[in-house]
Amino acid sequence: MKKLLGLALFLLGLYCLLLLSDANARSPANHFNLGRRIGLYGILTLGAGCLIISGGIDLSIGSVVGLCATVTAMLLVDHRWSPWAAIPAVLALGVAIGLVNGLLVTKLGVQAFVVTLCGLFIFRGAARWLANDSVKGLGGRFGALKYALYESKDVLGLPMSLVIFLVLAALFTVFLHLSVYGRYLYAIGGNEQAARYAGVATDRYKILAYVLSSGLAAFFAVLFLMEQNSVQPTNTGNFFELYAIAGAVLGGCSLRGGEGNVLGMLIGTAILWILPNLTRMWGVPSQLEYTVIGGALLLGALLDERLRRRGERRGVH
Amino acid sequence: MSSAPAAPPPLLHAVGISKSFPGVHALADVQLRLAAGEVLCVVGENGAGKSTLMKILAGVQTADAGEIRIDGQKVAIDGVDRAQRLGITLIHQELNLAPNLDVAANLFLGREPRWGGSLGLIDPRIYPDAEACMRRLGLECSPRTPVARLSIGQRQLVEIARALSLRSRVLIMDEPTSSLTRRETERLFEVIRDLKRDGVSILYISHRLAEVRQVADRVTVLRDGRNAGELAAGEISHSSIVRLMVGRELKQFFHRPAEAAAPPGTAGTAVPVLAANGLRLTSTQRRPIQFEVRRGEVVGLAGLMGAGRTELAEALFGVRPLLAGEVRLDGRAVRLRSPSDAIKAGIVLAPEDRRGQGLLLTQTIRRNIGLASLDRLNLLGLVARTRERELAQRMRRRLNIRTPNVEKPAGLLSGGNQQKVVLAKWLARSPRLLILDEPTRGVDVGAKAEIYRLLRELTAEGMGVLMVSSDLEEILGVSDRVLVMHQGELVGELPRERMSEQAVMQLATGGEDVP
Repeated sequence: MKKLLGLALFLLGLYCLLLLSDANARSPANHFNLGRRIGLYGILTLGAGCLIISGGIDLSIGSVVGLCATVTAMLLVDHRWSPWAAIPAVLALGVAIGLVNGLLVTKLGVQAFVVTLCGLFIFRGAARWLANDSVKGLGGRFGALKYALYESKDVLGLPMSLVIFLVLAALFTVFLHLSVYGRYLYAIGGNEQAARYAGVATDRYKILAYVLSSGLAAFFAVLFLMEQNSVQPTNTGNFFELYAIAGAVLGGCSLRGGEGNVLGMLIGTAILWILPNLTRMWGVPSQLEYTVIGGALLLGALLDERLRRRGERRGVH
Repeated sequence: MSSAPAAPPPLLHAVGISKSFPGVHALADVQLRLAAGEVLCVVGENGAGKSTLMKILAGVQTADAGEIRIDGQKVAIDGVDRAQRLGITLIHQELNLAPNLDVAANLFLGREPRWGGSLGLIDPRIYPDAEACMRRLGLECSPRTPVARLSIGQRQLVEIARALSLRSRVLIMDEPTSSLTRRETERLFEVIRDLKRDGVSILYISHRLAEVRQVADRVTVLRDGRNAGELAAGEISHSSIVRLMVGRELKQFFHRPAEAAAPPGTAGTAVPVLAANGLRLTSTQRRPIQFEVRRGEVVGLAGLMGAGRTELAEALFGVRPLLAGEVRLDGRAVRLRSPSDAIKAGIVLAPEDRRGQGLLLTQTIRRNIGLASLDRLNLLGLVARTRERELAQRMRRRLNIRTPNVEKPAGLLSGGNQQKVVLAKWLARSPRLLILDEPTRGVDVGAKAEIYRLLRELTAEGMGVLMVSSDLEEILGVSDRVLVMHQGELVGELPRERMSEQAVMQLATGGEDVP
């Protein structure tokens, strides 16, 4: 709880600095844009966060985004599928990838890092091969779909991606913090053996966490395609797994597993996107953007470690 | 009498060694003498202080008080490397070799002869040197063989070779044969005889009294962290050792209300809570395991470390596969492929490794207690919070868990209260059979008494309890009947009238059951 309060204060501080920096930064347009980023990438962080809480990791998120965006564009444009068929098909693809990752990790005992690192290469290659390395665009079509999933400001004038994210975040709050299944994920991440000895079907819930991660990556891919209007199989989604993981870790998820919550993920994602915005407004060269994000992450990790040590001295191991 | 003026000083002489850990006196004023070329066996019950004493001599731990002399000279052993320079090496129970490196690399690890000074290249002459060491011990493989490809017995010889190449004069072997085959054991004994001839002394710790008789020049017995006596070569026999290992008054700690025990007339006729028929856990096991736990009965499962008690408990809980056999609960056959099968059938386990397998240390007491009952606290997929909190609070009161509230992390509790949380987790499900593995290890006296009282309450309600324990006092004080295991097999059953420390130890050390 204390950690969450600290994060919230940190975010508030950053936001104040942003407001002070520049008239542009205070503009509704900048806020709208920021909300749009946070909403969009927050979706990835929710999936990655659940997985990290269960003690897993997914490095293939970015490549799954690339593959799923490519497949969506090709189904809609090249194969003229209706969105009603294409989008469920792509979501099913994401779920299937998560299922395979989860099965490899649990039933065959391959390390999660290795399985998903291989996925990072495999799915990127698959996307490039399917599209023959050419850009796939939606052109001027699918206006209604783009409006519904991306451009609309119908809900309280908020960016659609933020609305979707907030709805998902509410669902995930219920799932992680109130449901039996979320409880199992925390138990597995906290002490997998103890969870198993308490009768939890640990494999099943670990697989579920991988499915959530890849499934949300597929959903993100659809939204991202609506935003970008086109997809580059060679680099769409590159590094996105790192955004997802960074958001979760900044938000208080421990890579040791068993720790983290939805509100933290939200705050973490917000910090992750306010930081570059702030540096831009303050005139820091944009080339340093990654360096700033990395520095913030490192700072957070150091603080977290200090808090943990203090907790240990009090007797929590 | 240890300082007779004419006699040469012993090679190793430990005087008045004491050591305590929070809450326990592991060693109190212990003496030990070892002459050059002598094999001294150190025996005692689990927890008698053997391992602690050996760790102190090998520099793994330091004594709180006492003195260690080598050749009559007082020495300070403040680390493993210091002990090794003084010529004392501990051959670990869990071997300390790098399995990915070859034999020669392991022999010289950390002190490789260098080639070209600061270039840091390893001198290839380690291979012929290693080979010479290996031949001395009869280790017939290439020094370039990776250790991973050696058998456990061969690995142990590598450790001994390493110790010898460090010019060790005292080798400490802690249960060296526990994972060796018969032939490897014979080979080890030959090596020990050769080493003796070369003047190397050996401190040999074993639970297997037959082995002790075979290798020992002298036996020293520890009991409750003190010297209990010594036996010279001519006096060593199974019963003389056992007499020294036990032989203490039972404290009046376990009040057993007479009416609480199951009435003898009904116990035999009713269907047992648990009936285990023809269980096989390993392929080397000669006789299948067969036993029952009846309603309202506490059955103690005794045996020495590594006798297979935990393995049996884990098999009944579905953690470990059964190779053969049938488990019946209240007369119905049950399949036990996973803990959740066992739990659904009504078998629960409070595991030996409480912190590693029993608890989520960083999560709250409430969550720990609720964890095994989430299927019952499930409201359309959501956790019924209020009912969970009520459950946790009810259990906290019933088991007297000492905590300001149930929202504290379980890791903050004392050992005894942690064990109560584990028990609370299971009692919330009202199981039929409660298996306890070392239920009071690391638990203070007050909480122990509470746990024993709780067991009586539970059995009075008809639950069956199977209790694995290395604490003989506990086994004798709490059990209605004792089963004894030795080397993976059930070797005997002692009814209430025949339960004594002597009888249990006799069976546990591989002796015959003498009615």
